[in-house]
Amino acid sequence: MQTSSENILSAVRIDKGFPGTKALDKVDFHLRRGEVHALLGENGAGKSTLIKCLTGAYHRDGGSILLDGTEVDPRDTFDAQRLGIGTVYQEVNLLPNLSVAENLFLGRQPRRFGMVDIRAMNRKARELLSQYELELDVTRALASYSVAIQQVVAIARAVDLSGKVLILDEPTASLDAHEVAMLFRIVRRLKARGLGIIFITHFLEQVYEISDRITVLRNGRLVGTRDAADLDRRDLIAMMIGRELAAEIHSAHANTAGGEPRYRFTNYGRRGRIEPFDLNVRVGEVVGIAGLLGSGRTETAEVLFGAHRADSGTAEIDGRPVELSSPRAAIRQKFGFCPEDRKTAGIVGDLSVRENIVLALQARRGWTRPISRAEQNRLADLYIRALDIRTADREKPIRLLSGGNQQKAILARWLATEPEFLILDEPTRGIDVGAHAEIVRLIETLREKGMSLIVISSEIEELVAYSTRVIVLRDRAHVAELDGDRITADQIVEAIAAANERRAS
Amino acid sequence: MKQKYLPLTATIFIFVLSYALCAAQYPNILSTRVIGNLLTDNAFLGIAAVGMTFVILSGGIDLSIGSVIAFTGVFLAVVLEHTSMHPLVAFALVLMITTLFGALMGAIIHYLEMPAFIVTLAGMFLARGMAFVLSIDSIPIKHPFYATLKGLYYKLPGGGRITLIGGLMLLVFAIGILLAHRTRFGTNVYALGGGTATAKLMGVPVASTTVSIYALSGLLAGLSGIVFSLYTSAGYSLAAVGVELDAITAVVIGGTLLTGGSGFVAGTLVGIFIQGLIQTYITFDGSLSSWWTKILIGALLFAFILLQKGIIHLSRDNRKRA
Repeated sequence: MQTSSENILSAVRIDKGFPGTKALDKVDFHLRRGEVHALLGENGAGKSTLIKCLTGAYHRDGGSILLDGTEVDPRDTFDAQRLGIGTVYQEVNLLPNLSVAENLFLGRQPRRFGMVDIRAMNRKARELLSQYELELDVTRALASYSVAIQQVVAIARAVDLSGKVLILDEPTASLDAHEVAMLFRIVRRLKARGLGIIFITHFLEQVYEISDRITVLRNGRLVGTRDAADLDRRDLIAMMIGRELAAEIHSAHANTAGGEPRYRFTNYGRRGRIEPFDLNVRVGEVVGIAGLLGSGRTETAEVLFGAHRADSGTAEIDGRPVELSSPRAAIRQKFGFCPEDRKTAGIVGDLSVRENIVLALQARRGWTRPISRAEQNRLADLYIRALDIRTADREKPIRLLSGGNQQKAILARWLATEPEFLILDEPTRGIDVGAHAEIVRLIETLREKGMSLIVISSEIEELVAYSTRVIVLRDRAHVAELDGDRITADQIVEAIAAANERRAS
Repeated sequence: MKQKYLPLTATIFIFVLSYALCAAQYPNILSTRVIGNLLTDNAFLGIAAVGMTFVILSGGIDLSIGSVIAFTGVFLAVVLEHTSMHPLVAFALVLMITTLFGALMGAIIHYLEMPAFIVTLAGMFLARGMAFVLSIDSIPIKHPFYATLKGLYYKLPGGGRITLIGGLMLLVFAIGILLAHRTRFGTNVYALGGGTATAKLMGVPVASTTVSIYALSGLLAGLSGIVFSLYTSAGYSLAAVGVELDAITAVVIGGTLLTGGSGFVAGTLVGIFIQGLIQTYITFDGSLSSWWTKILIGALLFAFILLQKGIIHLSRDNRKRA
């Protein structure tokens, strides 16, 4: 067993399996005192599973965790926190209705004569936050502050409670450049105090800016741990996505669609949601939409689909102006939209796979003209076979299916309406690697059949794989468009990064 | 001003305004006598509403309160009539029963992950049914100790009286305010209202807090039942029907968010006063049907729900811009 006193946290040969998949396969991970250690990998690589094993949210199947040289076995995240491993998630896990001070000291408020000493608590909260360059009114509700501030409050709480290891899970996803800079200043300061910091992100610039070492996971296995200074970006991406996929990416968009644009959106936008943009989409084209979280990707999709009515500009199909004032109107023009959060906006968990698949088609026909049961069965069976939806039978409640299969069922729902213009918002989020590749292949097939698609994804490699054009968003505006040979992961990353630098300056 | 004080300020403003309007028409309404009666008449509702405030702050609801009040009254009447038990012992006994009853409902809500609405609805039928089992008639309570208790009051200048039960309500509110705002338990209640899952992640003892909240509500419903039996000198199983709804109304008019996590115990007191004031006005007027109370309270309730929606909407916009 390799433990040295400089490692504050060592995870050795961690195994974790889920029914059907091996999420972690003998993964080693060592975190030194006073380092920022980036943990990278594509979605489904096992990053979050590893983190959940370290913080006790999952119980590992095998392997051992050493904290400060002693073996630990956290029962839950609270236990891990007590032991010294604090975690801050992208979605701030604090209580928005409580004051900042109460959030910091919940469960350990200073007391006098059995009563909470509010004045002492607020004073301690101010002292604590002043170490983080924050001057706040700590008596105000947490919800009244920006996400970045909430993030820092969460870090302050985690460090104050735990003080050995800090795990930052995508902390910068919804922050702007200034806020990221502030966060990084804080991280550097904590590093100087000797904390071990695990940093998870999708943004490679940030990885190079802040990390000392990088560990890459792929498909639940450890690819390697390197010093950030010795690892150039190309090699890092190769570690993350593997050579096979890299090769596949280059061959993907050999034949880009030609011809006149079929769908023309001119000066299309909605105040407060997305700046007016021009967008032309041809038949048989996949337009990828890239950008950071909160850059206006979903807002673009919602305006196109009429979920939020555009307040400027015009939409034309084949040169004929159309009114996309509501999703119903859009569906009538043969539009389809798979939303991002399938749990809340997509599936109806207790209905069967069949019912979920026919839902959109039935809605378009109107409830007065029901689809016959035989027709429903035919459609469901057709798509279960065509999309390879893994389900015991079509009557199984959809919530019992895995994420990837749910995603395919929602795709089936829209395919059943035979759309000509399909918008997919994060079609591969939260599904396993195998299903991932299948969805990508499916997008290719739909494109070849002559469908026009808009695909939003935060996974740049994936956009590269299927897009004939990529639009880059920033600050709720379309800022760049890449096509042909310019669609590479590096170019997209650079376009996003350039867009951000422009904003920072 | 901080946003969280907005509903409470609105409540106080409405109360002061309506009090001024009433006083302009009937100057007598300012007399300490009326104020004393306001406290006495609403004592049982106020005490129960304190418990309800905690339940609603935690994001729950307790529909059993009215039935528990009726059960308490019948229990006391039956025990005092058929046994020689001293009322104080009977009080302690019945408070124990109702507290346990509340704790049991809290445990079911937490451990069986049942919605509070259904569990306390079941509790409502159960408590009312138990009251009927004890007696279906209205039983008068003639114990001399009751007369002693009813004779206790603090005389205000101007002839008004703060009776024992009116004073008790104020005391319960004072303790409730301390409990909600100055103890860890209180903060935990707010934390549950902010989100159970997050609260758990942050180390809030969700199980014991939930059980304690409903136990507290049961205890205060029991106390409210004792006060009600003192007020009416009787126990009747059909009494206090719908009191839980009046209590919810007072809590919401008092500025507590029905979805939990935000509000003040003190607001509930003002909510009680507003309801009592409307009632008093109608008594003073004499010609208005008492249904006007319900109509006015209904309108107020709507207004407050709209106000809360507006505030939630505003705070969301603020956050987006921040």
